[in-house]
Amino acid sequence: MTYRGMTVEEIKINGDKGTPISAYIARPSGPGPFPGVVLVHHLPGWSEIYCEFTRKFAHHGYIAICANLYERDGQGNPDDVAAKVRAEGGVPDAQVVGDTEGAVRWMRAQPGHNGKVGVFGSCSGGRHAFLYACHRKDVDACVELWGGRVVMAKEELNAKTPTSPIELTKTLSCPLLGLFGNEDRAPSPEQVDQHEAELKKHGKTYEFYRYDGAGHGIFYYHRPLYRVEQALDGWNKVFAFFGKHLAK
Amino acid sequence: MCTSIVEIAAAEGMAKREDEWFPLTHAVVAYDHARHALLADVITLDFVNAGLPPAARAGVELTLESAKALNAALGRAIAAAEIEEAARSQGLERTSVRVPAPASLIAA
Repeated sequence: MTYRGMTVEEIKINGDKGTPISAYIARPSGPGPFPGVVLVHHLPGWSEIYCEFTRKFAHHGYIAICANLYERDGQGNPDDVAAKVRAEGGVPDAQVVGDTEGAVRWMRAQPGHNGKVGVFGSCSGGRHAFLYACHRKDVDACVELWGGRVVMAKEELNAKTPTSPIELTKTLSCPLLGLFGNEDRAPSPEQVDQHEAELKKHGKTYEFYRYDGAGHGIFYYHRPLYRVEQALDGWNKVFAFFGKHLAK
Repeated sequence: MCTSIVEIAAAEGMAKREDEWFPLTHAVVAYDHARHALLADVITLDFVNAGLPPAARAGVELTLESAKALNAALGRAIAAAEIEEAARSQGLERTSVRVPAPASLIAA
């Protein structure tokens, strides 16, 4: 079922350590109950396409929220804010987990919510979505789209990213859907193999789909990375997965 | 790509954004997927001021080949500039020897 009517707002929520951060929300018209999706934006920031993705989930019957993980780095064009974040070496993983937890808490307090929450992210957001589902036990399904640096070498670790997410696989708390392009190099097919092997080793529930003829950013229709067939199939898989795990 | 290829260098100078020049604190070089250029992966150069709002940024996205050409041009310009600076430094030394002290100073 789709919902053409929806309410869209920019709100403030309590992020990591109670810091107020902005969030973009979309809520389908009607009484619900609706499942919820928390979107974790990608490295290019709290960008227009993530607002579109948020509305897309509402169109498909989910209350959706996307928090601005770069709020502390200033206001302005998301691209400029993202460049500033990059110049500062990125945002700390722990802060992203804290901000995402704030979005999950907001979701669970909404009237008309069915009590189920999925977390969704692409690119660095895919990595962060997986990381969140390993650190917290308050989400019911996780969608990781081409998450780069889930597998990190020791020399890549630093104070902001102290742990390679793959090391946390044992504590993954919900089913995982992963979509990847076989021509991607971050994550490379070999890294996706490692990711999958670790999930198998720990007996986790997961679905991985690996597309030929596609690299990174398969869903980004405004970029040359876009792959229409794989993107359409990928969105179908996302909605089927959330439909299965977030229904009540 | 979702790489960790990021190099950050301290930068002293100024950059222009629209009609406004702003002082710099850093130059950031990265290799990742393009945000604007209709290309897959690009070398991104950002000249920023960490103490100013995010709009204080001059950014470019270049193909790897363009970045290599720029790198070579920078190398040539820097090499020529260093020769120029060395010559100037030697020239100034010679000048300081050759210039006679003003008569008023000698008299003093």
